[in-house]
Amino acid sequence: MQDSASVGIVNPQVTHIDQPLTLKSGAVLNCYDLVYETYGELNAQRSNAVLICHALSAHHHVAGYHSEDQTTVGWWENMVGPGKPIDTNRFFVIGINNLGGCHGSTGPVSINPASGKPFGAGFPVVTVEDWVEQQARFATWLGIEQFAAVIGGSLGGMQSLQWGIAYTERVRHVLAIATTPKLTAQNIAFNDVARQAIITDPDFCGGDYYSHGVTPKSGLRLARMLGHITYLSDDAMAEKFGRDLRSGTYNFGYEVEFEIESYLRYQGDKFASYFDANTYLLMTKALDYFDPAHAYQGNLSSTLKNSKSAYLVLSFKSDWRFSPDRSREIVKALLDNNLDVTYAEMTCRHGHDSFLMFDEHYHDLMRAYMNNILL
Amino acid sequence: MARPDFAAIARWIQPGARVLDLGCGDGALLKYLEKTRDARGYGVEISDIDILACVKNGVNVLQDNLEADLSMFESNSFDYVILSQTLQAVKHTERIVREILRVGKEGIATFPNFGYWRNRFQILRGQMPVSKNLPYQWFETPNIHLFTIRDFEAFCQQQDVRILERVVMTEGVSINFFPNLFGSLAVYRFDRKT
Repeated sequence: MQDSASVGIVNPQVTHIDQPLTLKSGAVLNCYDLVYETYGELNAQRSNAVLICHALSAHHHVAGYHSEDQTTVGWWENMVGPGKPIDTNRFFVIGINNLGGCHGSTGPVSINPASGKPFGAGFPVVTVEDWVEQQARFATWLGIEQFAAVIGGSLGGMQSLQWGIAYTERVRHVLAIATTPKLTAQNIAFNDVARQAIITDPDFCGGDYYSHGVTPKSGLRLARMLGHITYLSDDAMAEKFGRDLRSGTYNFGYEVEFEIESYLRYQGDKFASYFDANTYLLMTKALDYFDPAHAYQGNLSSTLKNSKSAYLVLSFKSDWRFSPDRSREIVKALLDNNLDVTYAEMTCRHGHDSFLMFDEHYHDLMRAYMNNILL
Repeated sequence: MARPDFAAIARWIQPGARVLDLGCGDGALLKYLEKTRDARGYGVEISDIDILACVKNGVNVLQDNLEADLSMFESNSFDYVILSQTLQAVKHTERIVREILRVGKEGIATFPNFGYWRNRFQILRGQMPVSKNLPYQWFETPNIHLFTIRDFEAFCQQQDVRILERVVMTEGVSINFFPNLFGSLAVYRFDRKT
């Protein structure tokens, strides 16, 4: 049964865009498909549109279900829906699968019109800036001149921040959750280990595994397991798994013994069964490359000097991957520019993944902020 | 109803000023200053409940521990830094006053006057004062530094802080006659001695 505060069953839509997109790398995508979903109604003034930007492994399916099957639930169902913090009775909410994704938008798994084969490793590296450009063009196509809010967590938060930099006149409120103005060396290091796990998998085949009828599952699985560890907090893991043993005793071998091992392997296997390895590589690169202040000698305040949007910046104390200090760098730069900004540091215990979890205070804050957005 | 010190503070705020309210609670003062003086600014709070109340009130608020430091704020970046009924609850009084005058061109502080006669009377009766402005029992009070108008003025003298204006009030009425005895709430505007 779907709960009453759900948008219910939704159908993804696909649009084909023919306008060539020059990427930050210099590569050009002549045409591409974007898959998206919308919830709620666009009002007559077209002033209630909200864009949800997805993170590394998510997609356009933000809320609702694709069928009666409960497992088809959207990735931010607890946040988006009628009467929920991002209230679809009030806002017209849009989710798009970004370019390079593996859920229907043009990406490595798509057929390259030039060759008739999947792009594979030949799919150009896309950046956060490219995605925001793609989202802005999509918004124009949809007839939305200005978003009431652009919202994202983690890699999605980088996109919402980039909206405030590149398209501030087109977004009134930027909600940047559990994010950072740039990755630290430690973060890039984690990403590279993940990439190495994929690239060194014999089934990776230089990225053209599609034509060999294989997928680099063990590499992708390892990448996901590593990522998962960094998205959780030590406390959350201790609380959930501790040192619990599956059989209650040591077996003095190398099979699964601890519950945490079982959990990670399960998560890794599940992920490797549906996610595309090339997309994973590309998404982690987009994370690594994001550094909007780079063009301003590392000065984030100068980077934001033309911004006019209002900001809500949220971080989680247990998030050691994108720690509160990174959010405070964003806040400092916004303060330096006299911009409207509210910042809250939440005590949720789930680490980086907290932004996806239900927490009463977190959701109350989101609801209160969204309720005050004028339409 | 706005608190009586709100009106006193508002009278000092230049229209359109940039204001930082340290320990802003639910943001009521900021909202009042936005409405009455067209002021713009931010509150700083540490408690989750107050942060949520500020967001509901539609004022900018930053969750931070103002005892740690105010390093998020550039020097001279505000016209006024306000510490409304908070000074008596901070641990490092000297540091916070120094930070107020680093970040703000002027500081505004309000505090309950411990020298108010009712407080003195309760002490004489052998008990720590509990009143409207000091509503806590000794064992639960967040007020760790209790002081009088005379103490504060001596402190300012010693810290090279120049007092620009002072209003002392009781029950919202301004007190000019023996304020350290008859005033329950003090409101000061100050800057750096140059």
